[in-house]
Amino acid sequence: MSQPVNFWNRTAECLPREEIRQLQLDRLQNTLSLVANKVPCYQAKFKESGFQPGDIQSLDDLCHLPFTTKDDLRVNYPYGMFAVPMRDVVRIHSSSGTTGKPTVVGYTKEDIKIWTELVARFMTAAGVTTEDIVHIAFGYGLFTGAFGLHYGSEAIGASVIPISGGNTDKQLMIMQDYRSSALVCTPSYGLTLADRMEKQGIDPRSLALRVGLFGAEPWSEQMRIELEQRLGIIATDNYGLSEIMGPGVAGECFLKQGMHFAEDHFLAEIIDPDTGAVLPDGSVGELVITSLTKQAFPMIRYRTRDITRFNYDTCECGRTLARMEKTRGRTDDMLIIKGVNVFPTQIEEVLFQIEGCEPHYQLIVDRENNMDSLEVQVEVNEHIFFDEMKQQRQFVIQAEKRLATVLGVSAKVKLVEPASIKRHEGKAIRVIDRRQQ
Amino acid sequence: MKVEQISIFIENKSGRLAEVTGVLGENSINIRALSLADTSDFGILRLIVDDSEKALKVLREQQFTVSITHVIGVAVSDSPGGLTTILQILDKNNVNVEYMYAFVERSGDNAVIIFRFDDIDEAISALSKNGVKILPSKRITTI
Repeated sequence: MSQPVNFWNRTAECLPREEIRQLQLDRLQNTLSLVANKVPCYQAKFKESGFQPGDIQSLDDLCHLPFTTKDDLRVNYPYGMFAVPMRDVVRIHSSSGTTGKPTVVGYTKEDIKIWTELVARFMTAAGVTTEDIVHIAFGYGLFTGAFGLHYGSEAIGASVIPISGGNTDKQLMIMQDYRSSALVCTPSYGLTLADRMEKQGIDPRSLALRVGLFGAEPWSEQMRIELEQRLGIIATDNYGLSEIMGPGVAGECFLKQGMHFAEDHFLAEIIDPDTGAVLPDGSVGELVITSLTKQAFPMIRYRTRDITRFNYDTCECGRTLARMEKTRGRTDDMLIIKGVNVFPTQIEEVLFQIEGCEPHYQLIVDRENNMDSLEVQVEVNEHIFFDEMKQQRQFVIQAEKRLATVLGVSAKVKLVEPASIKRHEGKAIRVIDRRQQ
Repeated sequence: MKVEQISIFIENKSGRLAEVTGVLGENSINIRALSLADTSDFGILRLIVDDSEKALKVLREQQFTVSITHVIGVAVSDSPGGLTTILQILDKNNVNVEYMYAFVERSGDNAVIIFRFDDIDEAISALSKNGVKILPSKRITTI
């Protein structure tokens, strides 16, 4: 192994499977009785399903309980799902709702303690130590990412630079001068930093950077390779969502063989997103999470909409905690092209990165000679229109190259005139799939 | 000395060019010179018109993607070798031509060449020093 394996909480991270399951059952029963007493939404759900928390005798019984969805959180906005009085809540965070109201989540002192530990676990697993200078380029605010990583780093004893998001030139200056060794940001911002370094002629090997902890959006293995090569780091993935806790739900060790899922605090199920049926171990499906120790904002069978798969084999690093594959994106908008999962949001990010603006686009998926094809039509606007053909072509080539890297499948970029992409109630129609026709 | 040129993004499909010229015609804007660069998917139409401000406004209203760039016009005697002299001057002074197009003046004595440079000011100074006549903007927009 290329580096020593460090643990933050060796006992918890290496529990034998049988003990994990026993611990999960005990904690599940506690959580269920908590919500059945304190949260009206769950009282109603349990009543409707005809299955009471007391009926849970084994983990397999969990499938009888109803799911919790983002809609439940909206209906109970802002504090309806809280299981403790506000005087016990010490922190509020919120998710970035793209439509309607955001989701509000709360933490007790104990919740923050556990969150801190779980972040410290995956950061330690990725190789962060007390010697590191952690550069946190997530935006500080209601979003859980920055504070989660911040607390975890401090618990480890690393030195935190809470630089927050944006101002790429300043980020680079600080990275050079303060000798940042661990980078925390979204993978797409990691590429933005790499692009800017290249432009400014900064050699990544002249920096102290050695490890990256990337999260908050789905990213591909190709993107990992690009980040590792261009920044000269080990690029690790971590997973979390504010409804569950924030970062720390799962994270990779430096062996990068899947994200160790904090099974002592969360219970994972993989379901068929269409039928809701629980799928056997090792299947690809939608991740459903039940919190096992949360006090302020417990979640029962929360449908994450994230598509992934679990591996229950013990990792080479010694951790027994199940490993979650990189999320393949969201159930809502996933496309499968040449067997590769493609998400419109990935395309949005690529276009955004290239010129810093978000043009209207549409994906045309078709089948030519029995092969799937993907065309990305991009509406030209004045930011991405160049009077010189050379530059205009360059834009197309760069976009195609970057799309291939991020998506893992080739795409043709076609520039189209403004307002030529059909819109429905003001929103552009993102995907046209002609394969079924 | 610099001439305003309008560039318009056009998808390669039938009738689009006519729509641009139609919009200009309806608004009594006269096209003085034109060039089209194209690929299989799209083209960039470059125009010099008698009222570029108005052209820009009406084209934007019709949701065309447009931009304004500065070019210069040079009169070249309509005789063999006329262009070579100018290109040699530019070459000696390391000025890059991004693209160019030409037309013949109404009088027929001179050809007018429209140049787009990566560094227009350097180009103007190099050409002026070497006695090349750069046409005033007015002269081109009222050809």
